[in-house]
Amino acid sequence: MEYLKIVIDGLSIGSTYAMIALGYTMVYGIAKMLNFAHGDVIMAGGYAMYVTLFLHAPWYVALAAAVIFCTVLGITVEKVAYKPLRGASPLAVLITAIGVSSLLQSLAQIIFGSAPKMVGIADLGNVTIAGENIPISTFVTLGCSTVIMLVLTLFVKFTRTGRAMIAVSEDRDAAQLMGVDSNKIITITFAIGSALAAFAAFFMLMKSPSLTNAFGAMPGIKAFTAAVIGGIGSIPGAMLGGILMGVVEAVALKFPLIAPYTDAIEFLILIVILLVRPTGLIGKKRREKV
Amino acid sequence: MARNKTVEASGTVPSGDVVLKTENLGISFGGLKAVQNLDLTIKKGQLYGLVGPNGAGKTTVFNMLTGVYKPTTGRFYLCGENLTGKGQETINHKGIARTFQNIRLFNNMTVIRNVMVGLHNQPEFKCGVFTSMFRLPRHFKVEKAMRERAKEILRIVGLEEERNLLSCNLPYGKQRKLEIARALATNPKLLCLDEPAAGMNPNETADLMRIVRRIRDEYDVTILLIEHDMKFVSGLCDEITVLNFGTVLAQGSPDVALNDPEVIKAYIGG
Amino acid sequence: MSKLKSIKWKHYVNYILVGIAAVVFTALSFAGELNSSTLVLLEKVTIAVMLAVSLSLVVGFLGELSLGHAGFMCVGAYLGGKAAVLLQPSLGEWPALVISLLVGGAVAAVFGVIIGLPALRLRGDYLAIVTLAFGEIVRTVFMNADEDLFGGTLGLSTPRFDKHYLFIIAFVLVLLCLWVSQNIIRSKHGRAITAIRDNEIAAKATGINVTKYKLVVFTVSSFFAGIAGVLYSYSNTTVQSDVFDYNYSIAILVMVVLGGMGNLTGSIIAATVIISAQVFLQTGLTGDLAVLQNVVYALITIVVVIYNNAPSLKGFRDKYNLGNLVKKFRKPDPASVHDDEAKWDRVPTKIDMDEVLSTDIQPSSPFTPDKPDKGAN
Repeated sequence: MEYLKIVIDGLSIGSTYAMIALGYTMVYGIAKMLNFAHGDVIMAGGYAMYVTLFLHAPWYVALAAAVIFCTVLGITVEKVAYKPLRGASPLAVLITAIGVSSLLQSLAQIIFGSAPKMVGIADLGNVTIAGENIPISTFVTLGCSTVIMLVLTLFVKFTRTGRAMIAVSEDRDAAQLMGVDSNKIITITFAIGSALAAFAAFFMLMKSPSLTNAFGAMPGIKAFTAAVIGGIGSIPGAMLGGILMGVVEAVALKFPLIAPYTDAIEFLILIVILLVRPTGLIGKKRREKV
Repeated sequence: MARNKTVEASGTVPSGDVVLKTENLGISFGGLKAVQNLDLTIKKGQLYGLVGPNGAGKTTVFNMLTGVYKPTTGRFYLCGENLTGKGQETINHKGIARTFQNIRLFNNMTVIRNVMVGLHNQPEFKCGVFTSMFRLPRHFKVEKAMRERAKEILRIVGLEEERNLLSCNLPYGKQRKLEIARALATNPKLLCLDEPAAGMNPNETADLMRIVRRIRDEYDVTILLIEHDMKFVSGLCDEITVLNFGTVLAQGSPDVALNDPEVIKAYIGG
Repeated sequence: MSKLKSIKWKHYVNYILVGIAAVVFTALSFAGELNSSTLVLLEKVTIAVMLAVSLSLVVGFLGELSLGHAGFMCVGAYLGGKAAVLLQPSLGEWPALVISLLVGGAVAAVFGVIIGLPALRLRGDYLAIVTLAFGEIVRTVFMNADEDLFGGTLGLSTPRFDKHYLFIIAFVLVLLCLWVSQNIIRSKHGRAITAIRDNEIAAKATGINVTKYKLVVFTVSSFFAGIAGVLYSYSNTTVQSDVFDYNYSIAILVMVVLGGMGNLTGSIIAATVIISAQVFLQTGLTGDLAVLQNVVYALITIVVVIYNNAPSLKGFRDKYNLGNLVKKFRKPDPASVHDDEAKWDRVPTKIDMDEVLSTDIQPSSPFTPDKPDKGAN
């Protein structure tokens, strides 16, 4: 049952992408900006775990430390770099985000060096299903991310803060007039997105423990691609896009002939989908007032 | 001038001195019929007004006529040529130019350059990309001629003095006039003005009325305008159409149409 | 008359700047005053200047964000380099150079058209991510292509052009690039392009052929990126696809941004300063500390962008008209304003994703109520 393994692999990679993509899509939906530095928050989470594990802390302490560190980092970046630009040209905000991304990567390299660090999170061993060895971590990733995404969806749908988030994403000014503190909501969004990034870092390191300063860059871009494919701003879209990317990646990696082109294939899918459906698979269309 | 209600049988091929004819023009967004069954006949040289309460669908009509929206029903003809469903650029080349309700100028350009962009497609200023790239003599000739023509057009709307200012630094009323000048530069047969007098004081409005008349007379264009200022409309327009909820309430001369009981009801809400 | 003079000056300042540098360094080179590391530095700087100027056409004048400029350069470097490898033995050095420049530029230009096509439908962040994706695709394809053809992961070995001449050729090509770019910008076509940047809807309503001009800009920009790639292959002797990742595109973008949007002189200066600093610091800082300069660029970028764009700093900017940090000083004289430059806060929400669909509004799209018209009644 080789296919079973591919599917499970794909779902596991995909759920990690989905979790990163959620960070992109929520920030995009609410702050209307592409947070280019989101991938580097993942990297920061990885190093936070590295440091805590280095101090012989157990894995759950490391995870908690990473979540806290990422959340604080996300909020700080938002307050320092993005908040002054609220209302400015989106191009300016995007370039600032690119600057922040470059800054975080360079700082990490200066502090930790460019040699990869090994972050050994508990090895859970393998399980044999239908003659295939599948690491248990794969199931953990899949299970945990499903629960996290479920909780998030419920949070957005049924809590006061969640509904305020929807209101701000629909129309920031109107929400403000209705008494929603949009600055607070944006901060909360960044906090949630960054916390999810920490979880993503945890799952990614469980899969392969090598950590460098470019750890989050490519997954970040792929996850953004996933978010765009799904329809940016849409939470189910990010999940769908993430899973899709993960499955495509798992399938492509299985065939030696096309495996080296995995990245190219994923990006090609992005371009094709955007050309056919410029708002992504489940993105909302908006009319522009002329 | 024709001031009686002109309701022609639909299906006749528009010809002669009719500039714009719409037949059963309509558009719906989802289930909402924003405009329906609109029949307009605008004759050459007319000053035609489109009035109606907020949300009546006036700007939507403009958007259909200029190709921003594709009508879901009906057709419209410019001088007998069916332009329904054509793109914005094509429609402009064919001879419909417009201004916008919320001003859309090229903010980083000087006043005169805004107008020169309008002159871009005029056949007498034709000049290929390579001609400009290699700085052939034609490039300089064209640039000079465009500048002169742009100055002329700015003189009409009274902005010649301000021609070297950045357009975003102009006061509001002058920005509206600049939009008119830019639209006029594309040498249209039909000029659509979306609330040209909005935000203007009475002096400016009076001035604008003179300008609009002068444009009609000197440039041989037909003008279709949306306006809320009833004094402006009745003082300027030969014929008007009153819209409400996307349907025609009344058509005819301003005095008649604006005194129509249906129209008064729509405005005052009785 | 003085007004006329200042306009002329602005037109020629870039040629003068680059021309003087070209003449001075050529003279020094022939006098034997330049060592080989300076010659290499000159090559690097001219390549960077060409990349910055060509990207500036897209970002500064058309107002679209491209994160795939290194992809075009990659195409030029590989194909131009390959042409050089094939032609040099039979044709000799100079004809091979000319042909490989043309091949690299032309193929990159074709890719420019291909990537320009989505630019017609997509805007802003979507286009940025598509161009980024394009760059990564190109890179991956070249890396995995047949090893005999493009050298695989080890890279393509390309011939080295004589150090004493290559930088002169590069200077000449930079001048050509500037000449073409400025001639387009300062013509009716340039007006049309900046009109699209300033307000695409109004440009369409004014009859500007948006499709044509977007393709023109993407083609010219990628052509010169391809040329820069060919020069790179002659300068570097190996072409490795790893070099052309999106970080390289971002590095070029940083030059354009620090130079000021739509300010070619600024882009030239920024490219020169950044590359020179990089090369000088490389000798001073070793290992992971060399990254320190990236920290500095990142911080400068963030500070400059926030300073120039933050709405809350608008009063401060107006009060102390310092000019931008890297922009040259000049008095704001409303009479001699030129369209070449744009203040970002005056460019409307071009990058806004909500506008992405303005090109293909369907009447069947779900109805969202319009905001009430302003005005009387």
